[in-house]
Amino acid sequence: MAILINKDTRMIVQGFTGKIGSFHAQDMINYGSNVVGGITPGKGGQTHLGLPVFNTVKKSVEQVGAEASIIFVPPAFAADSIMEAADAGIKYCVAITDGIPTQDMMKVKQYLRKFPIEERMVLTGPNCAGTISPGKAMLGIMPGHIYKAGEVGIVGRSGTLGYEAADQMKELGIGISTSVGIGGDPINGSSHRDILEKFEQDDETRVVVMIGEIGGSQEIEAGVFAKENMSKPVVAYIAGLTAPKGRRMGHAGAIISEAGEGAAEKVEMLLDLGVTIAPNPSSMGETVAKVLEKL
Amino acid sequence: MDIHEYQAKEILAGYGVKIAEGGLAYSPEDAVQRTREIGGNVWAVKAQIHSGARGKAGGVKICFSHEEVEAAADGMLGKRMVTHQTGPAGKVCSRLYIEAGTDIAKELYFSFLVDRAHERIVMVGSAEGGMEIEDLAENNPDAINKIHIDPAVGLLDFQARKMAFALGLEASQISHAVKFIRGCYCAMRELDANMLEINPLVVTQSGELIALDAKMGFDDNALFRRQKVAELRDKTQEDSREMAAADRGLSYVGLDGDIGCMINGAGLAMATMDMIKLAGGEPANFLDVGGGASPERTEKAFRLVLADEGVKAMLVNIFAGINRCDWIAQGVVHAVKKIDMQIPLIVRLSGTNVEEGRKIIAESGLPIITATTLAEAAEKAVQARNEQVAKEGAA
Repeated sequence: MAILINKDTRMIVQGFTGKIGSFHAQDMINYGSNVVGGITPGKGGQTHLGLPVFNTVKKSVEQVGAEASIIFVPPAFAADSIMEAADAGIKYCVAITDGIPTQDMMKVKQYLRKFPIEERMVLTGPNCAGTISPGKAMLGIMPGHIYKAGEVGIVGRSGTLGYEAADQMKELGIGISTSVGIGGDPINGSSHRDILEKFEQDDETRVVVMIGEIGGSQEIEAGVFAKENMSKPVVAYIAGLTAPKGRRMGHAGAIISEAGEGAAEKVEMLLDLGVTIAPNPSSMGETVAKVLEKL
Repeated sequence: MDIHEYQAKEILAGYGVKIAEGGLAYSPEDAVQRTREIGGNVWAVKAQIHSGARGKAGGVKICFSHEEVEAAADGMLGKRMVTHQTGPAGKVCSRLYIEAGTDIAKELYFSFLVDRAHERIVMVGSAEGGMEIEDLAENNPDAINKIHIDPAVGLLDFQARKMAFALGLEASQISHAVKFIRGCYCAMRELDANMLEINPLVVTQSGELIALDAKMGFDDNALFRRQKVAELRDKTQEDSREMAAADRGLSYVGLDGDIGCMINGAGLAMATMDMIKLAGGEPANFLDVGGGASPERTEKAFRLVLADEGVKAMLVNIFAGINRCDWIAQGVVHAVKKIDMQIPLIVRLSGTNVEEGRKIIAESGLPIITATTLAEAAEKAVQARNEQVAKEGAA
């Protein structure tokens, strides 16, 4: 089953004909994703990578039945592209773009809330590596070959740290049901908690790995959700033990501004909530292996 | 991006927020001149550094004569001030703001912040002013009032009124307070600020509302559309290495340890630093080289890390996704040869084309220490660092 994307999910690429969009669209196609076209306003009617180009997302929904989209639009226009996707009836959108202004994301989130929950588009990102259901489909920019198909779900803020986790598990023969990047920005489309909820409902996922970091309180909200609503075990690693207060560590959202936002504090709170902690980033794989053995 | 108090006040004055009369000074003579222009018989001399809590660091002085102003200015200019917000290195004061004295009847706290959990701007106020909000949150959380702003409709007058009453203002002051709050909100929204803090917001003896201090921070992601704000950047207040890194498109944060790091991806960079710490070492920096690490970029990153003379060993940890380990390896070999490195280098490669990458490192003939896992890389880095320190101690 996997979550969010599957073999048949009909995908479009927003910012299709640009250099980055083209590169990753081709990579997704090579992986086996069902890419059905792309959007570049003004280039509608053309063909790119053997697929149709549309002027608007709406047209792609009407003509090729687009269900999911991935956004490679520059930061100044990305929020608009996300809202266009939501308006057109896209069900799931991944925003790869890094550098979207915070107030634009507030507007996006408010816009999405206008839709009744059952019709509301799911957004992951921005500033993320995307989503992959190994062996089925990839809606993202990750190296597909490092993911083995299996029963562990991954949700994380960081791209490369997510690769590290998948790689450690692959070494131990453990596969992934779906890996979801939620991105490193202060305001993101889906939270750790939102994705945990989806994994809980997924028949193919038995354990979930949550890769968090300093800044904000999402990991704790996810921990509370796991304790109250999940039957499946959650393993977490929180990056940034050595990060000083008040300094931004690369990601726009990776900054300790308030009490409770540091890595050590988050680890302590998650332990209290019954989450299994991988004590260091090199032990994510073995920690999952131990949890799987007990199931 | 942060700006100075005087810059924030200029912005706010443009939005109708009342401030005390004041002027900028670069020398003690300037300071006295500003004092004359302002008039009166009491002035505040305020060090302009990117930090709060300046008072405790000797950065705010109340003066009652031109001589006192001159002496205060002389004492502050060129001085490195250390507050809990600047870190141990402190910040050098090169500008002063001279302001007319205010007869304070009451000090309040007021700010607009980004509330990440609510995904909205939040208005925060307290009748208990003059204290830092962190202390207030800890000691008297009930005294803090928060009102969230709907991004679709913006600040509403009733919300501003509600805050004004919560601040304990009198009926006759409410309409002024609403104007004050609205001005602050418009500055926050229209300029893409991510924080605006007026602490203290002062009620004068005559009942006026004045922003006695003002602090604004801006969303770096929005600077592309806020050119006027971007021009307010004072590079002397920022870490020179971080600025140099930003100019080269690298994300760098200087730290206090002595193991230099070059990593791709912010999360993996933080994780690697953690691993160094757990292995008994201290990272010298955070450095994310990003996805497409070309040989030129790798060389720049090496130079940046090694510019810190305290670095005793360097750790490179790359998980190649879009890029490839063989390219990274070529870049590392190129950089090491060109720079003539004098300290041990530990390289851990993983991901796409890892075998080819490791082969290039092995066949380079360079004394590069290699590792396959993250844990092994950190342990070897700490060990190499210890040996280097012992070697330098013996020499």
